[in-house]
Amino acid sequence: MNLRTGLHRRFTDDHGNAYVYMANSAAIHALDPLADRLTGALAVADASADTVVAGEADPAAARAALQDLFDLGVVRPADERTPPRAELPPMPFPLATLVLNVTNKCNLSCTYCYEYGADKLTAANAPPGRAMMLPETSRQSIDFLLRSSQDRPVVTITFFGGETLLNFTTIRAAVEYAEEQALRVDKRVHFALTTNATLLSDDVIRFLVAHRFGITISIDGDQKEQDRHRRYRSGKGSFAEIEPRIRALLATNRRERGRPIGARVTLTQDAGSVLDTYRFLIDDLGFDEVGFAPVTAAPGRGYELSPGAYDKMLAEFAMLAEDFTAAAIADRPHGFSNLNDMLRELHQGIQKAHPCGAGLGLLGVSTEGELGLCHRFVESKSHAVGNVRTGVDEAVRTAFLQQAHVDHKTDCTRCFARPLCAGGCYHEAHVRHGDARRPNLHACDWIRGWMDQGLHAYARIMAHNPRFFARYETA
Amino acid sequence: MNHITPLNQKARRLALLLAQQRAAVRPLTQDPPPTDYPFGCTTVFAPGWEVDSQGSVHGLCQPIERDLYDCYHTCYWPAQVPDGVTNFPKWTASCGAPTQDWKSIDLVFP
Repeated sequence: MNLRTGLHRRFTDDHGNAYVYMANSAAIHALDPLADRLTGALAVADASADTVVAGEADPAAARAALQDLFDLGVVRPADERTPPRAELPPMPFPLATLVLNVTNKCNLSCTYCYEYGADKLTAANAPPGRAMMLPETSRQSIDFLLRSSQDRPVVTITFFGGETLLNFTTIRAAVEYAEEQALRVDKRVHFALTTNATLLSDDVIRFLVAHRFGITISIDGDQKEQDRHRRYRSGKGSFAEIEPRIRALLATNRRERGRPIGARVTLTQDAGSVLDTYRFLIDDLGFDEVGFAPVTAAPGRGYELSPGAYDKMLAEFAMLAEDFTAAAIADRPHGFSNLNDMLRELHQGIQKAHPCGAGLGLLGVSTEGELGLCHRFVESKSHAVGNVRTGVDEAVRTAFLQQAHVDHKTDCTRCFARPLCAGGCYHEAHVRHGDARRPNLHACDWIRGWMDQGLHAYARIMAHNPRFFARYETA
Repeated sequence: MNHITPLNQKARRLALLLAQQRAAVRPLTQDPPPTDYPFGCTTVFAPGWEVDSQGSVHGLCQPIERDLYDCYHTCYWPAQVPDGVTNFPKWTASCGAPTQDWKSIDLVFP
């Protein structure tokens, strides 16, 4: 029987010690020089155990190491075939999070917005949906969530828009109703909200902090970065408006020991330095964490990222990852949430069949109560999966999840990043490639490069401060 | 495993599973119990621990009389106790609380 190393990525820490990440199991092993040589040799060419071992100074030790590698799934029979099974968990999958699009209106007019710009999902001639979700619809949504969460003890309601705070009336009604109903069925309910911060009045801030909202602010950086794309319809930038409001929110939240507040930065072709933006948002404004996401845009929009911009972003992420790693080794928290999220998934050994929870544990609700895969799909008739009154159309949902399973993305079968990527965002795939079920092939190099950085950071932190990972451990 | 160190949670889980599969001799009282253990007693060999590290019985699990039932119910020490599954199902019937009345357990003569 010939042997071959399974789909994997080898990487090192800063002392040159070798590690391997296995795509078949999402396991990470440290390899001594002997195990590393064997893994490397069988990654290049299939060979029998006798052949591989014969070249080693201590054949007995090599045989033992090879047996360990085989039994742990690092080395596999060369002719092993793993047919795609595309198995789904038992359906209907219990719902954990419902994203309420409480409005589809916005007071800003950001040039890159997928909701209003050229990449809007609803057909141009479709009648516009209701601008504001009625409180009654939010209550029906909450009943639907609690009903569909089966035996989950905790559910999350996320408010989204448009600009979410344009419909504070419904948010307030929903929160009151959810807290009351959760108590009745003995569940806990968490709230989250994304906002552009323009409407954060003192009343709103007090309310959000009192109800322990997980708050995400969409902001692109300092005045220059923010005002480049995040403008009012008049063309006026929004920075001057949001800065004092964000400072007030962060101060109140800190005083009341609320949940960490994150900034979400959209990266465009013309964005400035990631590192400078991070420092401004953390050190100057005082955010707890910052996450960066490349803009979603069809080719030819002008602000979408060119291949060169992906490389630049990767280089800047590397600098920020360096910063994070130094902090982690010194046991200090760091707010670069992209890396924090990846290290958590790497440490737990997450292996995704689908890129995210959309359609699985998470659904989006339109202003009229129609259900979509996620908040980005709620007004798209071709991605509708039911409504909060009649429930999920299970046949449609199951068919989508089946077709969108990573086992059906043939381009992903030879990629080591598939346990974490699984083909990437459905909405991005829809916008870039015309089909939510397709993998985001335009981002593969970037994803693999970014994952390499995560693996390298993992190894370095593990070598110097393994206790750091205790925060990610699950039972 | 001298050449590979499992690092993340998934790797540690795999290594634990592997160690369980490889262990040649395992006490059946171990938690969690091995799942691939042969049914019945005759295929099991276990050396047992008659004395503690000092050569006495004081360091053994207390009271030591209790060991008898551990050995018996779990087939842990089959050679020293009668076969309670087929031939002598009632051999302990006269002894309900071994720490008090272990002496009343009878001998059996196959």
